[in-house]
Amino acid sequence: MDLTFLSSMFQSILKGLPLTLNLWVLSLLGGGCLALLLNLMRQSRIGAAVAGSYVFLFRGTPLLIQIFMIYYGLAGFGFIRQSFLWPFLREPYWCGLLALILNDAAYTSEILRGGLRAVPKGAVEAGRVSGMSRVAILRRITLPLAIRQALPAYSNEIISMLKATALVSTITLMDMTGIARAAISETWRAVEILLCAAVIYLAISMLVTRASAWAEARLSPWQFGRTTP
Amino acid sequence: MGDIGLLGFGPDGWGLVLFRAGLMTLAVSVAAFLCGLMLGTLVAWGRVAGNGPVRALAEGYTVVLRGVPDILVIYLFYFGGRQVVAAIGTALGFPGPFDISGFVAGMLAIGLISGAGQSEVLRGAYQAVPKGTIEAGRVVGMGRLTLFRRVIAPQAMTTALPGMGNQWQSVIKESALVSVTGLVETMRQVSVAAGTTQEHFLFYAAGAVIYLIITTLSDQLFRLAEKRSLRGHHGAGF
Repeated sequence: MDLTFLSSMFQSILKGLPLTLNLWVLSLLGGGCLALLLNLMRQSRIGAAVAGSYVFLFRGTPLLIQIFMIYYGLAGFGFIRQSFLWPFLREPYWCGLLALILNDAAYTSEILRGGLRAVPKGAVEAGRVSGMSRVAILRRITLPLAIRQALPAYSNEIISMLKATALVSTITLMDMTGIARAAISETWRAVEILLCAAVIYLAISMLVTRASAWAEARLSPWQFGRTTP
Repeated sequence: MGDIGLLGFGPDGWGLVLFRAGLMTLAVSVAAFLCGLMLGTLVAWGRVAGNGPVRALAEGYTVVLRGVPDILVIYLFYFGGRQVVAAIGTALGFPGPFDISGFVAGMLAIGLISGAGQSEVLRGAYQAVPKGTIEAGRVVGMGRLTLFRRVIAPQAMTTALPGMGNQWQSVIKESALVSVTGLVETMRQVSVAAGTTQEHFLFYAAGAVIYLIITTLSDQLFRLAEKRSLRGHHGAGF
């Protein structure tokens, strides 16, 4: 293998890292907020039906088709081209981010739902008895317990989203995969280039695995009250 | 919204073409799932019963495939496969140009990705088999193969079914990525149709519906299989 080629390739792929990280973090934040909203909606019957169909639609179809639908499909509607949203929806960045957020929300809302179901009724009742408001119960009892319960599944979702960001390269965005893809058509040295990109993704996802294992151990009941994990 | 007649089965309709593309999605998904099943079984076996190096190899495989984007793996098989085939072809003195089939590249790539997930499901299912039943089988003098066929496999399969159902759903959705190799499955076909007719939203929506039909129907099938596999179990409350 040609080491100078590998190191120069490594450097040019790393130039796509900021965009990959940007899409990754923002889609997790946006998707997380939307997932919380979807779960709050589930308290009413109509809301539950809406949330259920949303999850069904976004989990039953490939992310790639969702990205294309937003990027190419929405532009076909005149009222969208005339609306204030058009300056955003005409950019591949915003379309890609939107698709990632919507997709992540569907998966995260199911993970959160599992976590919420595991919250003991007694804990919520205790909060109510001691006069906590609904928001306070959500913030101080329900969410902390649900999030701890959902942590292992959520760490998988965090890694899935890192991998999902690679798909925005199909709508011309130059993230790490986009740069690798362009370099392949220039040089035709696919194996070396793809290995460089794969190593970077792998390193990030291993960091996440480590961090989530640490967080899980740290937040386990038998660790409470200890100063060091 | 464009002319819905474009989706029909008439001479101007794309119905038949889309139907065929849907079958291609099914075909490549089934082939990839079976590849993944073979690989996943081997890897799960390696992780449960292998010696040090075998176990490390099997674990390394799952860690790598868990952390690398699926589309990179598909590119690797498609472009890399072409590189390898060209190198072998040139060495053997065949005239170029060389190409490999998108179906084979996609099947192998998604099989490799799915194998990692399936191995985890199968390993979990094996570990959930009560040790007493295995010991009982050994005591009555069953050989390793008989033990697997009559004691381990029937119990593990029941536990593994829901997880395998999830893996199958992932394979269907990952199969859309094979469109980057030019294989004419659903994703590729709706892109072509959308480009030709300029009815982007209509055709991507039609593509989404095709995927929803496949995922929903197979979900029902897996549920049915799950119910059947639970027949005769104590405390299976349905």
